[in-house]
Amino acid sequence: MRYMLLLYSAEDAGPQPGTDEFAAEMEEWFTYTNEITEAGHMLGGEPLQPTGTATTVRVRDGETLTTDGPFAETKEVLGGFYMIDVPDLDAAREWAAKIPSAPYGSVEIRPIMELPTGP
Amino acid sequence: MTTTIEQVFRAEWPRLVAALVRDLRDLELAEDCASEAFIAAADRWEHEGVPDRPGAWLLTTARRKAIDRIRRADRYADKLALLEATARSASGASTGKTLPDDQLALLLGCCHPALDINAQVALTLRVVGGLTTSEIARAFLVPEPTMAKRLTRAKHKIRAANIPFTVPTRERLAERLAAVLHVVYLIFTEGHTSAEPAALVRGDLCDEAVWLAELLAELVPDEPEVRGLAALILLTDARREARLDDQGALVLLEDQDRSRWDREKIERGSEHLRAAHCAGPVGAYGLQAAAAVVHSAAARFEETDWAAIVEIYDELVERHHSPVVELNRAVARSYLEGPAVGLVEVEELVERPGMVDYHYLEVARADLLRRLGRQDEAVAAYDRAIARCPNPTERRFLERRREAVAAGQL
Repeated sequence: MRYMLLLYSAEDAGPQPGTDEFAAEMEEWFTYTNEITEAGHMLGGEPLQPTGTATTVRVRDGETLTTDGPFAETKEVLGGFYMIDVPDLDAAREWAAKIPSAPYGSVEIRPIMELPTGP
Repeated sequence: MTTTIEQVFRAEWPRLVAALVRDLRDLELAEDCASEAFIAAADRWEHEGVPDRPGAWLLTTARRKAIDRIRRADRYADKLALLEATARSASGASTGKTLPDDQLALLLGCCHPALDINAQVALTLRVVGGLTTSEIARAFLVPEPTMAKRLTRAKHKIRAANIPFTVPTRERLAERLAAVLHVVYLIFTEGHTSAEPAALVRGDLCDEAVWLAELLAELVPDEPEVRGLAALILLTDARREARLDDQGALVLLEDQDRSRWDREKIERGSEHLRAAHCAGPVGAYGLQAAAAVVHSAAARFEETDWAAIVEIYDELVERHHSPVVELNRAVARSYLEGPAVGLVEVEELVERPGMVDYHYLEVARADLLRRLGRQDEAVAAYDRAIARCPNPTERRFLERRREAVAAGQL
């Protein structure tokens, strides 16, 4: 079963770029990604640029509205994602708990909506 | 006759649902087929009597209902193979036996941490306890559509997010069991001291909690906290008849007619507590049960072994730094060392988080002041307690108490 792990955290939480802690955390991310890939559960995943680079587009009454920033101003923002394939929610919870940002952020687990395949 | 069928239903329902969930891996389908099998059984057994192995009869009937449903619905296509495989296999499944693990898996699944706590409670009563949606709605004093929606939402999440109904590895089992114990404890406290504006004691929920706690003790007999909770619930519930007088007013522990305590429940509770101590170090439930046993052993309130109770609370405070536990210890100490000692401790607790609005703190303070002969201050404390008390039965009790103290009768 496929799940999306959505990684949220405050942008000023956790190790900041340029510090030794940041370098150490990068190692953790590589290790985690290798581990879940070797276990055969990894379908994809990427880190995202900070919300300062975000652009939000809405179409209202046929008109395209473009605004600077994320869709909602919240302290914890989406910072990256993993898409994984594991047997059930408990397995997904186990992998979510191992994510390096879990100690200072949150991981939202969302099952993928499986659409019926066409003819 | 009817009683026999009811008794069979009570025992067979969770076993049947558990076996069906294992076979079908679909809670909703399992529950629907179990219901249909029970309706068929009620109809047939009424005339023909209960068969020798009612469990096997129910399981066979429910499986047939499942096959019918699956054939009718495409979305269950993948289940047919599963079910046919079990039907053919020579395993316990096809002989009508269910393993204790199936029932444990059912309980763990209903109390999965990914579900909202209110949904965990409702699901446990529905799926394990076999209560109808309307019975659960009545017990929790919510409209039936609200309860139905709560159950539907939970079942939808179980299916969509693939919440497993399995027993986890030994190391993960402890935290998952803690969630089940919490749910059973919540069902009991909801029945025992409802915050809702109805009766203070709702016996139906207490009965459910007793039944669930003992079922769990049967399934996992070697877990100290499982035994501890069964002990705590039985020992507390043993006082049910004595807790309210003929007018439905609350009776304090010290004024209760102890001949009305249920000796059979006390014996069962004590047995669970002994088993808890044998199984390993007891936790918070077991310690509270140990305090309840001390009360049960005293023929009169004046004969209570307060030193033993204070010792138990010392251990509880040390392990679980909770101001509520400290409040209980302060009251226990007031009987051992005098009300002045208790009052100092209670007044220190006011500063603690969440305690300002906790009406039991003012109740304890009022009673200690009364015992010290400081009537005016006691009345003021009762006023604060009454203002904070959410339960009408308890509020009426406090109002009468306040009047008696003000009139110098207590």
